Amino acid sequence: MPYPGYMEESKRKVAESRLARLEKGPFPRIPAEEREALVNKFHPDFKGEQFRELRVGPNKGDRTPLEIADLLEGNSRIEPGKVRLEEVDYDVDVLVVGCGGAGGSAALLAEENGASVLISSKLRLGDANTIGAQAGTQSCDRPNDSPAIHYLDIMGGGHYVNDPELVEALAKDSPDVIRWLESLGVNWDKEPDTSYHELSGGGSSRRRMHSCRDYTGLEEMRVVRDEIRQRNMHGRKINWLEFEPAIELILDDRGQAAGAILMNLETRGMTIVRAKAVIIATGGLGRTHIQGFPTTNHYGATADGLVLAYRLGAPLVHMDTMQYHPTGAAFPPQILGFLVTEKVRTLGAEILNCDGEQFIHPLEARDTEASAEIRECKERGKGVTTPTGEVGVWLDSPMIEIKRGEGTIRRELPAMVRQFGRFDIDITKEPMLVYPTLHYQNGGVAIKADASTAVPGLFAAGEVEGGVHGRNRLIGNSTLDLFVFGRRAGRAAARWAKEMRPGRLTLEHVTKWQREMKEAGLEGMPVSPMLLPNYAHQEPVPGFQPLGQVSPYTPFGDRATRWI
Amino acid sequence: MAEVAEKVQLLDIYVMGKRFQVPEGLTIQAALEYCGYNLIRGVGCRSGFCGACATVYCFRNDSQLRYALACQKAIEQDMYLTQIPFFPTAEALYNVQDLKPEAGENKLVQLYPDTLTCFGCNNCTKSCPQDLEVMEIMSAAIRGDYEKVYEKSFDCLLCGLCAARCPQGLQPYVVAIAGRRLRGAHLAPKSQHNLDRVREIEEGNFDAELEKLKKMSTDELRELYAKREIEPAQ
Repeated sequence: MPYPGYMEESKRKVAESRLARLEKGPFPRIPAEEREALVNKFHPDFKGEQFRELRVGPNKGDRTPLEIADLLEGNSRIEPGKVRLEEVDYDVDVLVVGCGGAGGSAALLAEENGASVLISSKLRLGDANTIGAQAGTQSCDRPNDSPAIHYLDIMGGGHYVNDPELVEALAKDSPDVIRWLESLGVNWDKEPDTSYHELSGGGSSRRRMHSCRDYTGLEEMRVVRDEIRQRNMHGRKINWLEFEPAIELILDDRGQAAGAILMNLETRGMTIVRAKAVIIATGGLGRTHIQGFPTTNHYGATADGLVLAYRLGAPLVHMDTMQYHPTGAAFPPQILGFLVTEKVRTLGAEILNCDGEQFIHPLEARDTEASAEIRECKERGKGVTTPTGEVGVWLDSPMIEIKRGEGTIRRELPAMVRQFGRFDIDITKEPMLVYPTLHYQNGGVAIKADASTAVPGLFAAGEVEGGVHGRNRLIGNSTLDLFVFGRRAGRAAARWAKEMRPGRLTLEHVTKWQREMKEAGLEGMPVSPMLLPNYAHQEPVPGFQPLGQVSPYTPFGDRATRWI
Repeated sequence: MAEVAEKVQLLDIYVMGKRFQVPEGLTIQAALEYCGYNLIRGVGCRSGFCGACATVYCFRNDSQLRYALACQKAIEQDMYLTQIPFFPTAEALYNVQDLKPEAGENKLVQLYPDTLTCFGCNNCTKSCPQDLEVMEIMSAAIRGDYEKVYEKSFDCLLCGLCAARCPQGLQPYVVAIAGRRLRGAHLAPKSQHNLDRVREIEEGNFDAELEKLKKMSTDELRELYAKREIEPAQ
């Protein structure tokens, strides 16, 4: 779908302003105090009415986005009295819930350390946000770099509220993560002198972004997934269930995590897994569409692990802060919210309003950039409205060719050219229409450096955990986080499984949860975890429980055509 | 939705034989959801990166099968849609550490001897939603040209459509991942600076500095952060 005719005039203004912009140079950087005012007024994290205090659980009283609060305070999908926990279907050392980069690497390391492993995957094995990661993985392995320099970048980026022990782990493990993935067969980009090809990224003071073209996460995930399959075929104790997410965790009477109840998404049948350790690696929550934002996230990113861990008694940290990527596609509707990599701006593209004017430097921090776009569209009314009612600003990619020479875009951004080309938009000649999109959960389940949580035997790794990135994650540190804490969780869980003394399985925590919910007047809450979003265009049938959930905060009417 | 529907033209599509009218411009995936399906299988990243939604379709009066990612392909008038079934994978058994090829040794043909039965019909290439030259990947595998297997197959999403359409029952995407892993683990040149840094960290070379940083107050960190030297982008 090429741009509709009525956008021509705005596009012409963009094209006509290029030479003047080139002469004038970039828009000035925003002063610190102005930045604060801008973010406080326009960033979604500061929209007070979109948050509420939690009324039950370990984070009672904490300010939380409405959509997430509803899920955390959801009702269980099971009735504890009716589940026969003694009929165990799988009995393993380590249960891994979720299988992206974190779950996959946790499973591999747990198995290597002597544990029998079962993976519960909601969709196919390895279908996760990991696959969509384009830019790369940070690792402080060049001679002019060090874990200490990396540490400082992470702390500054996260506004200094990160957990120092976790930041140390992230920086220190990073070179070994790159080495480990290569030993499994990941093809990193290399320079002619055999060193890694490493680029800089926003907020990083050294070049340390390792990449596999612009398919970094895909390459990492398909290798890890293949390794899991191969070990299984060799008869090693690693197995998985696809389309069977966990719907509740099981404790034992000694207060230790002891397994989970899984649900077959197709038959709705229940599977009981008994485990000596449980690793939560369910990823993020983009598909909850906080504040009605589109998302860059995978279909399965519905905060399930947060809900399960919270109900078991594990505290969360920094759940009031989300990352909104400033350049999600606003057009065409088929790719609404699709991630347009930050690299487009580092190469020289500028952000413009409907009159072809700059209103923010293109390389401000993500929260600042996103806030300025929201101000331009919502307050100043200078956005461009699409036929489906979205609004966006221009990301003027052709400027890259003017600044860096013809052919730069095709060489540096092949995936972007392919994606927009599928809809007859040639980004070498035309700008992209963009708007902030829900990208990453900065906080999550609180962990220690060995990925253990406050609940004995429960571990968490990847986007579902929090404290590593503070209130803002840097580019390239998410895929790093997956493998650093995935591997640590796998090792620690295998060790715990050897040492722990198992007790009798119980669901008393669910009964207790229901009691607390009742006392807090929350009886009528919908069930959680959410499992899948519901984009089916059908009026809900009263009394019929659909598989996915309809958020009360996004009206039903426009869902089917709005979300990709 | 009402006012949008008035502006947008409705197209006829057929989902597993049943006719629906859906607004022009939707992807195959969104069209299925518009028709009331709450998808479980055949849906993933919804951004064209994961291969979960690889699909086969044809038109009402044209039985020629066509191939696409359902999250990327916009619907057209009279499309016949289905969700493709699950394809089982039959990988050869290998240990990536043992894949290192001796000179002239063709590990891929050893793992997948059937690869030699490829007779070049090119159905695999025609079925690839990423527009990869799949048959050339198979030719490279037969020649033992691991570098070319890596180069040509790098954008593979492992959707499995090539295997579904191979009349010889070959699985090009599975051959390709073995080739890429072999290349990454054994043939790519080692990056010594990384191995050196791993060793330095193991030896505890940075521990004192990190301990100091971990004990610093926010103000001290902030000052250090503001003064840090930033290497220019390349």
